[in-house]
Amino acid sequence: MSKVIHLKKGLDINLQGVAEKILTAAPLAQEYALTPDDYIGVIPKLLVKVDDAVKAGTPLFFDKKHPEVLFTSPISGVVTAINRGEKRKILNIVIRPSEEREYEEFNPSKPEELTAESLKELMLKSGLWPFVIQRPYGIIADPKDTPRDIFVSGFDSAPLAADFDFILQNTGDDFAIGIEAIKKLTTGKVYLGLSDESHSKVFSKLEGVVEENTFTGPHPAGNVGVQIHHIAPINKGEVVWTMDVYSLIFLGRLLRTGKLDMSKVIALAGSCVEKPRYYRIISGARVDSILENAIKPLKEGQSVRVISGNVLTGKKIDKETGFITNYANMVTVIPEGDHYEMLGWIAPRLGKFSMSRTYFSWLTPKKSYNLDTNLNGGRRALVMSGEYEKVLPMDIYPVYLVKAILAGDIDKMENLGIYEVIEEDLALCEFVCTSKTEVQKIVRDGITQMIKELN
Amino acid sequence: MLRKYIDKIKPQFEKGGRFEKLHSTFDAFETFLYVPNTVTKSGSHIRDAIELKRTMFTVVVALIPALLFGMYNVGLQHFRAMGILDSTVMECFWFGFLKVLPIIIVSYVVGLGIEFIFAQVRGHEVNEGFLVSGLLIPMVMPVDAPLWMVAVSTAFAVIIGKEVFGGTGMNVFNPALLARAFMFFAYTPYISGEKVWVAGMNAGQTLDGYSGATPLTEIANSLSEKAASLNISSTVSDWIIGTIPGSIGETSFIAIMIGAIILLFTGIASWRIMLSVFAGGYLMGLFFNMLGLNIVMEMPAYYHLLLGGFAFGAVFMATDPVTSAQTNTGKFIYGFLIGAFAVLIRVVNPGYPEGMMLSILFMNAMAPIIDHYVVEANIRRRNRRLKKATK
Repeated sequence: MSKVIHLKKGLDINLQGVAEKILTAAPLAQEYALTPDDYIGVIPKLLVKVDDAVKAGTPLFFDKKHPEVLFTSPISGVVTAINRGEKRKILNIVIRPSEEREYEEFNPSKPEELTAESLKELMLKSGLWPFVIQRPYGIIADPKDTPRDIFVSGFDSAPLAADFDFILQNTGDDFAIGIEAIKKLTTGKVYLGLSDESHSKVFSKLEGVVEENTFTGPHPAGNVGVQIHHIAPINKGEVVWTMDVYSLIFLGRLLRTGKLDMSKVIALAGSCVEKPRYYRIISGARVDSILENAIKPLKEGQSVRVISGNVLTGKKIDKETGFITNYANMVTVIPEGDHYEMLGWIAPRLGKFSMSRTYFSWLTPKKSYNLDTNLNGGRRALVMSGEYEKVLPMDIYPVYLVKAILAGDIDKMENLGIYEVIEEDLALCEFVCTSKTEVQKIVRDGITQMIKELN
Repeated sequence: MLRKYIDKIKPQFEKGGRFEKLHSTFDAFETFLYVPNTVTKSGSHIRDAIELKRTMFTVVVALIPALLFGMYNVGLQHFRAMGILDSTVMECFWFGFLKVLPIIIVSYVVGLGIEFIFAQVRGHEVNEGFLVSGLLIPMVMPVDAPLWMVAVSTAFAVIIGKEVFGGTGMNVFNPALLARAFMFFAYTPYISGEKVWVAGMNAGQTLDGYSGATPLTEIANSLSEKAASLNISSTVSDWIIGTIPGSIGETSFIAIMIGAIILLFTGIASWRIMLSVFAGGYLMGLFFNMLGLNIVMEMPAYYHLLLGGFAFGAVFMATDPVTSAQTNTGKFIYGFLIGAFAVLIRVVNPGYPEGMMLSILFMNAMAPIIDHYVVEANIRRRNRRLKKATK
């Protein structure tokens, strides 16, 4: 049964540099890497040394707390470096790809032949398990759990986000096979959230296989957390899992071919990109493989910020030596805002975007903006009220939740809905905040406190 | 040019520099001149262009019509009281300007001075909140308020009302109203009665027998004199335009409404609060009409909205985001009760005709409780859902 859920709260930020629907195969990157920090709460224990030869699917490290969860190489090649930071913390494991592509052999199988146990084992061994994210907390799922339901969002509503309809082109039945398979993992339902603009045949074929719901409205309508909240909210003690579209394609491919093929289509977008478009890459690629000659010529003194992911939740990476993070569906390039602006707070500033109507951007809702990374002000105590509520389409009082976290009040956090959110759901609150509060960091701190308290 | 100069002297204000102690002050001036070059470090890479300076500046802009009219009216009332009826608009305005400017200067110098000191001691950036408070304070003062009293009231409001709670954003009471309340209770004769609302009356520069009473005082007097009907010397259109005695900024309904439009249009002030204050006041007025026990109760309900500080309080004081209710439902309740209590105080206690100030301060104190129950309702919804799920 397909329901249509209309969300009113939220905010669409129209940015310049939407990726055109042209697919380019990116050249093989010089290096690929896995970055343990991209996986929240994981303490890596290495399984390889420098100079080891690896295949696509060869485990590189495992999680100390969950040794069965393996993190595998996205590509075949040689481990060229294991970079460490302070206290010998592992920063990343770098692989130089080989000419010939080699794969670890896994057993191809049909979804209907699988049991929950055999599927879990396959996903754990192949390195696809880290794509299974558990709510509450937004961390890698515990394979011992059986989730109440599994949620998949079939679209991304973030600024400049990749179009999943386009990403799913030429992936054949892989996504459907992946969906079919994960139905084994839950005793409940698999939910697929779609937008009113999702037209992919892949989705229409799945009608009846999973429960599809349609969401309309501004960002964060595409966030799986928001969708869960409106379909079947998470109560205390319940666990649900979420997976993204890419991981289901990977899973379908693995089941069909027995190979871990981590190639995927991502968007390269943003106002600093000469020709924003889509690229086929292999997960973990060094970002210069798609950025070469792609960035617009810069004026003197200007610099750009390269973000693995979208402008609200992505991770800043170096434009030459950075690696595209595993969960990212896009790379965004925007100007750095490291310049002063004389009397900017009083000027009309027609090129600036604001949800508040103290600027004029609300009169031109269709206009797209070239926004930079300037904080646009100084950090202050919370003064304004009612701002966060306008951009969070959930029955949650975000300011009270944030304050409960800052006060370290576990009971309050629980009561105010910390189980239902992760940082991306409140990213817009951070964007609109007059006082420039670091909402996402606070939410993650709160979740970390909850995990500590309850374990 | 200027930027280069600032960059040159900046190191002296940084840690270890010669003027390290003035860092907050320097920072306040620098960020006043230039939006800083800080870039986002964690979380969202792009940020909304709004900042507290712009918010506060918008409120200041919204206050300007009422302030300018207030200046004009100060002159107008003064000349009328002297029996000069042919003074020009410019003469009135200039007289008022010279009367009001010193109060504004005192309020800003004292208030900002304290803010800067506290910011420096705490190592914080100077908060912009006082840009608005500093202008609100003069506007709720009688024109003949002695400057030293303005200074003491401002200092009280900023130190006791704001800084001891942790500065802007943490305060419980609206600082500008606190300044007025302090003045009211500490120096009552200078902010009540009939002689303080018109410039020069205390000094005896005005005609003998001229009454400087505000309409609300006249209403209270009518009641205590057991008059058969209200004895008000001004008309409804005077109240709307604002050519009546009163605090500097509160008299003109039109000028305040222009401010209200600016605040609502920009979305800075909550329409929920503003609307419900007026609704609360009006409905309370109607309720007293129904009781109709004396001539004040029989007064048309809309009089209350036009008179005294009601409109000014509803638009500029009740909507203060820090001291009002934070939740949307709470805002309706909070606003409604402000309006209702203000009229209640006016009608039931005519000895003190201006209820708006006390009503808002009282509801400032109640706002967290209102919010508490609104948030509790949300928690109960969540718990009910949990119970249903575990059944």
